[in-house]
Amino acid sequence: MDRFLDTFFNPVVMAKYAPDVIGGMGVTLTIAAAVIFAGIGLGLALACLRAYGLTILNFFIICYADIFRSLPPLVLILILYFGFPSIGIRLSGPMVLFVVLSLTLAAFAEEIFWAGFSSVEKGQWEAGIATGLGFTRTLAYVALPQAVRLAMPPLVNRVLAITKMTALGSAIGVAEILSTSTTAQSFSGSATPLTLSVIAYLVIFLPMVVFARWLERNSAWKSR
Amino acid sequence: MAYRPMLEIVALEKRFGSNTVLKNIDLKVAGGELVFVIGPSGSGKSTMLRCCNRLEEPTSGDIILDGRNIMSGTSRDLNRMRLQVGMVFQGFHLYPHMSVLKNVTLAQRKALKRSKPDADARAMDMLERVGLAHKANAYPAELSGGQQQRVAIARALALDPKVMLFDEPTSALDPELVGSVLKVMKDLKSKGMTMLVVSHEMAFARETADRVVFMDGGVVVEEGKPEEIFGAPKAERTRTFLSRVSS
Amino acid sequence: MDIFLDQFFNLAIMTKVFPLLLKGLWMTVKLCIAVILLGLVGGLFVALGNLSPQRWVRWPTVVYTDVFRALPPLVLLIFIYSGLPFAGIKVSPFTAVVIAFLLNNSSYYAEVYRAGLISVAKGQWEAAASTGLSRSQVLTYVVLPQAVRNVLPDLLSNTVEVVKLTSLASVISLSELLYSADMARSVTYNASPLVLAALFYLVLLWPLVRLVSHFQRRLAA
Ligand SMILES: Nc1ncnc2c1ncn2[C@@H]1O[C@H](COP(=O)(O)OP(=O)(O)OP(=O)(O)O)[C@@H](O)[C@H]1O
Ligand SMILES: [Mg+2]
Repeated sequence: MDRFLDTFFNPVVMAKYAPDVIGGMGVTLTIAAAVIFAGIGLGLALACLRAYGLTILNFFIICYADIFRSLPPLVLILILYFGFPSIGIRLSGPMVLFVVLSLTLAAFAEEIFWAGFSSVEKGQWEAGIATGLGFTRTLAYVALPQAVRLAMPPLVNRVLAITKMTALGSAIGVAEILSTSTTAQSFSGSATPLTLSVIAYLVIFLPMVVFARWLERNSAWKSR
Repeated sequence: MAYRPMLEIVALEKRFGSNTVLKNIDLKVAGGELVFVIGPSGSGKSTMLRCCNRLEEPTSGDIILDGRNIMSGTSRDLNRMRLQVGMVFQGFHLYPHMSVLKNVTLAQRKALKRSKPDADARAMDMLERVGLAHKANAYPAELSGGQQQRVAIARALALDPKVMLFDEPTSALDPELVGSVLKVMKDLKSKGMTMLVVSHEMAFARETADRVVFMDGGVVVEEGKPEEIFGAPKAERTRTFLSRVSS
Repeated sequence: MDIFLDQFFNLAIMTKVFPLLLKGLWMTVKLCIAVILLGLVGGLFVALGNLSPQRWVRWPTVVYTDVFRALPPLVLLIFIYSGLPFAGIKVSPFTAVVIAFLLNNSSYYAEVYRAGLISVAKGQWEAAASTGLSRSQVLTYVVLPQAVRNVLPDLLSNTVEVVKLTSLASVISLSELLYSADMARSVTYNASPLVLAALFYLVLLWPLVRLVSHFQRRLAA
């Protein structure tokens, strides 16, 4: 038992590397926030565009969403990080991580918002249009708020899954939680930094998981 | 009866694919008149009503509102026209995410560009009129069906429409709630609103309608005063329909 | 444009590395089979624990699902693969991946099952029980089939995620599809092998993604 504690919870090692891992938390949180902002924004914009029903545009939106939902983000990360420099596009590690995860989240968000739009009753659109609001304003004031509310539970789950993927940054040297702790692990020769990373992730994501669960159970807003 | 019709449907035709749902419909509604439309299910009543504000795009024919043909003009003209045609649906279609007051002010603010105080005042007037001023801050889900339908009527009225279209406004209601909605409609009629009503409330038609139109298979089979249509229908099809609904 | 094609769609290189990637794909498929089957079975037990009336069964499984949904799968993988050896527990890369993903997937599958089980009306339990079936018989023959049918799109969508997740195994040098492709990239100094791997994933997963979308046209209000 002592040996176990010494391996995974060595206080000296913890104290020494905690600042690094906390720095990593900052990086993880920053990239996660940027990804959430850009991914949801782009996804929502695409879903709104799709509502206009322009065949050719929608074909491209659907292809985009399908492809980015089919590809493992790590494949894209490697292509951007190792492939793009040879055609003159050199992106930093954090940038690559941001771009790939945002595009991936946007693809899922687009599908989720679109499902939300499709779930808004046809009569809601007709009521808006019959009162002279026209398509765009009916979209903005009538359909969008309802679609967003319907989309919340699956969206939060997806945001959670994709922000967790910031850990993939460790494969291309982004100094987020996982890579600071694996570096610390090899310097210290102890598994304790890995424990630190587990704690760091739990601190960030456990509240989100609990929030997602709460949201799922309290989403019956129609019956309020 | 006014000289010029407020709403005129001219040679209206509507096809869904190869299915012709409306065939050469002509109908005039004078200012202040209440025209009541009856007919079997699938005869095209809803489709005709929905063509009147182009929720359904007519295949051919014209819809003339207060002397202006709504089939021509830009999409902005179309929205302006729709402000002048109030529509009440069988399923109410109140916006569930907005309070009653917000439901009634949304189009006033965003389409008519009324100021907030003006829109609120107008909304409260209309809610007063349908007897629901005290529910202004409630949400649709907290109202009964009859109350929701009255809010939907207030929402349309607040835009000062020239014509009101009703598509089976009471069909989704529990029997004991029907009366409150019909009372509001009767009040509207007495204040001079022009109304085109699709409904199965025959007693209401007898009492309030100026004219009754019987449709079947996408054509107007017969029209006349309520006592003519209900008392002495000329066409065989009208007789069959009326005997079936009254039994 | 030429340099772009040469770097990303170099047919000569793609042809050369094709057999290598095919071998990687086979490893990916083996991984998928192990991980999906274990996840589906494990998730069911976790879900039943989640819904158990007994508190001492319910709470541990709820904590289990929340903790493993909060941890990135890659962190679990690294912890098991490079952390456990410090405690004298050495596992092969394949085993490490299977254990890490079992912990992760069973939590995700459990959430899906739970939603499905809740969606089956209580009357079904009562009706079946009143015909003299035991609790486990009711579950197996009456409730579970309906539950699974109700959440089939989510099970499918989760399975797509699991397949994508197996690419993480490349980080601990398990020679699955992505690892093979990345090896080929570093040898050829060309990104075409990665693009080829991406195409493999697309061919494998696009039909499933389409199917998920087809099922999920509407969100429950
Ligand atoms: N969007 C549509 N696409 C195809 N066919 C339609 C559409 N809307 C209506 N129809 C068809 O048009 C015909 C007339 O429908 P409509 O709803 O106008 O009848 P109705 O007289 O209002 O009937 P009810 O009393 O049942 O409401 C029906 O045969 C219907 O199937
Ligand atoms: Mg109808």
